[in-house]
Amino acid sequence: MAKKTILCRCEDVTTTDVDRAVATGFADLEEVKRYTGFGTGPCQGKECLRAVALHLCTATGRRPEELLPFTSRPPLAPTQLGVLAGTPVTDGSARPRDERR
Amino acid sequence: MRRRRPTLELGAAHTTPLRPETDVADVAIVGGGIMGLALAYELGRRGVRDTVVLEAHHLAWGASGRNGGGVRQQWSTELNIRLMQEALEICRGFASELGVNIWMRQGGYLFLARRPETLRRLESAIALQNACDVPTRLLEPAEAQAIVPELDIGPFAGGCYNPTDAIVFPWPFLWGYARAALRGGAEIHTMTPVERIDPGAGIGGTFVLHTRKGRLQARRVVNAAGAWSPEVARLVGLELPTWPERHEILSTEPLKPFLRPLVSVLDSGLYVSQSLRGELVGGIGLPEPRQPHVHLGSSLGFLQAMARALVELMPRLARIKVIRQWAGPYDHSPDGDPLVGQVPEVPGFYLSCGFVGHGFMMAPVVARHYARLLTGDPPHPLFAAWSPARLARGSGAPGGGEHMNIG
Repeated sequence: MAKKTILCRCEDVTTTDVDRAVATGFADLEEVKRYTGFGTGPCQGKECLRAVALHLCTATGRRPEELLPFTSRPPLAPTQLGVLAGTPVTDGSARPRDERR
Repeated sequence: MRRRRPTLELGAAHTTPLRPETDVADVAIVGGGIMGLALAYELGRRGVRDTVVLEAHHLAWGASGRNGGGVRQQWSTELNIRLMQEALEICRGFASELGVNIWMRQGGYLFLARRPETLRRLESAIALQNACDVPTRLLEPAEAQAIVPELDIGPFAGGCYNPTDAIVFPWPFLWGYARAALRGGAEIHTMTPVERIDPGAGIGGTFVLHTRKGRLQARRVVNAAGAWSPEVARLVGLELPTWPERHEILSTEPLKPFLRPLVSVLDSGLYVSQSLRGELVGGIGLPEPRQPHVHLGSSLGFLQAMARALVELMPRLARIKVIRQWAGPYDHSPDGDPLVGQVPEVPGFYLSCGFVGHGFMMAPVVARHYARLLTGDPPHPLFAAWSPARLARGSGAPGGGEHMNIG
């Protein structure tokens, strides 16, 4: 068994980090995210959410169906600012205050 | 003699039972955001072992977990400048005082002005800041570019820069206060919304607060519920002049450190900084329909407006990827200044709200002075300036309140 098992590669969150959150009493994915930072990197949880959820189940004795995933945030995939800047504006009200007249 | 309660584990705050109904708490704080938790910690430092914090969701769920983490001393009112100088000192000592690394980076704040009239506003604010010993200096556009070479300075008339402003990572900041509050004897209850408040209904005329976990008696109640504070105030029959306003924010992929200061365009409310995690984090002021309740949710319109503004500000960012967007609520006040202090209509009911998106950075210093007030010290001048009564009088702050609120 390796000394260190990484569950979230983007933010370097290990099994030990999650165990520490569990020892503090956290049992929900939303809270563990805010406590450890897992799932907030470029993959946005696509790689790590399942691994952390499974580890949480093992550590807390909860069943997978008892856990809810954390709120997923747009965009669906990392998107270049230049692409977003060049797209037609979908919402006419979304103009900064110095562009409004 | 009061029995000593065991220190509660932070993560168990949603299941911990309330104290017995017959037990009267000295201070009940409604809202477990940075404002309420910092106040609970400061009260503990002043010897109050009898504070109960009631949070409707889990910690870091509201604006305290959703903001950009800026801590600056560049303001347009002397009170804000002086308070934020003190807050910055608290932040600098946070790791040693509270034992938590808050990922603080003192890279300064660079404000840019497009219009000459915006620049003139900055100039008068700089004079005030310099008089308070904040080393802000006025910049020609080229000088701004020397600090941030990636800037396209074409649209700007000028700007200003204070090297001692900073950013922090909000989450550990909040955990630090929560833990320290528990160590100091406070109780924290999460997932415990306050459903009803009966002033004067408890033993000796105390407040009775009704929650999902049962009833709590308290001699004093502090409304520190941020954008939800109008709803909490309504529980004692008060209509606050403040209102919630959604503000969106985004984060990019992490990059090597390149952006030293937080950059803000005062005309548009655009702000962007690079956190110690490497991500660019920022938002912009967009029109929001006024709604009676807190509204969170992400829009494509924000993503597009923010992307256009960022690429225009720093064209090299065009190839950088956005990885996440979210929203948080500002607690807006009519004159841009907060509502702080006891409400004359309901003795024992206190407000600490209306911080217009800047409550996170103000919390350390406001909580310190609030704890002094609640433990019998003479009130700090902030309580006169930000008295809830000023708005009832219809006057507002003399000369208008703070005008350097951004986002």
